[in-house]
Amino acid sequence: MNTETFSENAKAALKDVQLRGALRNATTLFGKRRREAAASLSNWEELRSEARAIKDDVLLHLDRYLETFVENAESRGAQVHWARDAAEANEIICRLTLERGARNVVKSKSMTTEEIHLNTALERAGMHVVETDLGEYIIQLAHETPSHIIAPAIHKTKRQIAELFTTELGMPPTDDVAELTSTARSTLRERFAAADIGISGVNFGIVETGTIVIVENEGNIRLTTSLPRTHIAVMGIEKLLPRFADLDIFLKLLPRSGTGQALSTYQSFITGTKRNASDEGPDELHIVILDNGRSRMLAHPVTRQSLACIRCGACLNACPVYQQIGGHAYGSVYPGPIGSVITPQLIGMEKAAQLPYASSLCGACREVCPVKIDIPQLLLHLRSEISTRQPAGRRTERLAFKLWAMIMTRPWLYEKTAIAGRLFQRWFAPPVKAWTASRDLRPIEMESFREHWRRTH
Amino acid sequence: MKVSLFVTCLVDQLWSSVGTSSVEVLRRAGCEVEFDDRQTCCGQPAFNTGYRDEARQVAKKFIEVFEQSKADAIVSPSGSCTAMVHHFPELFNEEPHWVERAHAIAAKTYELSFFLVRVLKIEDVGASWQGRLTWHDACHGLRDLGIKSEPRRLIQNVRGAELVEIENAESCCGFGGTFSVKYPEISVAILDQKIEAIERAGVDAVISGDASCLMQIGGRLSRKGSSIRVMHLAELLAGHG
Repeated sequence: MNTETFSENAKAALKDVQLRGALRNATTLFGKRRREAAASLSNWEELRSEARAIKDDVLLHLDRYLETFVENAESRGAQVHWARDAAEANEIICRLTLERGARNVVKSKSMTTEEIHLNTALERAGMHVVETDLGEYIIQLAHETPSHIIAPAIHKTKRQIAELFTTELGMPPTDDVAELTSTARSTLRERFAAADIGISGVNFGIVETGTIVIVENEGNIRLTTSLPRTHIAVMGIEKLLPRFADLDIFLKLLPRSGTGQALSTYQSFITGTKRNASDEGPDELHIVILDNGRSRMLAHPVTRQSLACIRCGACLNACPVYQQIGGHAYGSVYPGPIGSVITPQLIGMEKAAQLPYASSLCGACREVCPVKIDIPQLLLHLRSEISTRQPAGRRTERLAFKLWAMIMTRPWLYEKTAIAGRLFQRWFAPPVKAWTASRDLRPIEMESFREHWRRTH
Repeated sequence: MKVSLFVTCLVDQLWSSVGTSSVEVLRRAGCEVEFDDRQTCCGQPAFNTGYRDEARQVAKKFIEVFEQSKADAIVSPSGSCTAMVHHFPELFNEEPHWVERAHAIAAKTYELSFFLVRVLKIEDVGASWQGRLTWHDACHGLRDLGIKSEPRRLIQNVRGAELVEIENAESCCGFGGTFSVKYPEISVAILDQKIEAIERAGVDAVISGDASCLMQIGGRLSRKGSSIRVMHLAELLAGHG
């Protein structure tokens, strides 16, 4: 599945009864929990505005903040690597693993490593890679990709997961969730013990201390970043916060928006490497800072706000389109409203030209976004970019709107067209058929309002 | 108060009774209503599909027509088209004098229920209608203009009408302009969740402030042979039934 076949992907998803049931349950529950969690704070709206102001400042002075972050991280023993794109990042990470004679890699959930398709690169380099987040582990066993930013296996039902565990892990059939998780846990514990390298993402990079902050619920990130001798963290350039104190706001917003929790179960703060040889923890910390198209988004004042995203997934749960088709139909690593905004900017407008149109512009995403990203505005911006840059594939549409503008700027022509429409409406063209396949169409009135007004005034 | 009606092209051509009802309600509320028949569209179809040049041309025409009016306010029976007029200034980044003109027009353009309740401070227009009904929050009215309590207060004062809330009143109906024909299957899947809740509520009618949503909801209800009817708020308030 890819972004170019979005329309077909979506149609197939709509026919998948199990998928739609799973989505409906999960997005409804996430939505309800988010509303309750947000309502539990009286200053929710102020927190959102403050968070956005902090992000705007970071993005405006990103060059300076990055430099300081790197200085502080390095002075505490971290080694920093810059990656211009996915290929460079994968090359750096594969080199680091090979140089250390590693065979076994454990990974914690990270959308950034999904974005660069790190697992494929590592496996090609001969590594045995295991995802240790339960949801990620499930989809790794199923040879699938995540369908949600924070709940990768949201599309799967309990029964499907039980069947998967029976075939892949050889466990006796059961639908008991506790038994399923305990099997996953014992399998994963062995992997942790054998791991040479742990790879994680980063939720926040704190400039003033060079600390990386990662939040989670399962404890697998804690293990991934502390058990193996080498920890590699992959971080997008936009993940910075200037001060430790800023976490007060972001650690309130992120879990509440994502899962509806007041606080995630674990927040790991990692500042450099261990101070003394006898301390616990990895010997080496490598931070790979990734651009991969982000500086392009940064350059334009409208698209810049795409980089304020903290990957909470709230806009997915709130989106009427996502609620119906799920994440895989988008054919991109990042699905849903924010995915439709960043994917075309990451992989190119040509490949992802359908995504900005996959929205009714209802604004539910903007309403729930903890950092107030105006997603509808971004979608409209991308639509206008596409319609001006890609006239070839849109010749008919472009012509139709030129004609439409000609009619709408000439009241007499508007009236004549409407009268012609009245007479010929029975034989109308394709766009109307797309409507009438499942909805009745209201006919054009035999007397328009303006005609009525003129007759009666 | 003198009011200039922006009827919207959709109402003008497809649902003229929403226009006549709006006139009646505004007059009952003590307004003097004028209608300039040089008006056409607000430009939203082009703007939302990414054709900014075309949207700009139509927006300029709109501004030129309504600038000539001596009315105190421009009132429209559509949250969506009103929101588009409020977006006009964004269209003129490179033409500062048009930004000013756009701001001036946007500042006096109101959606009908907002105008009645917030500007005229009228919540009871003396309407009556017998039956159970529910309100669908059209997205642009709700999220761009913040209209939520205004139509409900007006409905609660309609004699004989019982307002029933559905759990997804604030969810999109799946219309979304060209979205409804670009991705008709997704559009209808979204719509069907709305329809399901409406049917469960056991209402006689669905009321909304946008003819476009009502065409989407009504088009599906009628295809399914449902007896539930759709009605614009203006029609309900005019007592047309």
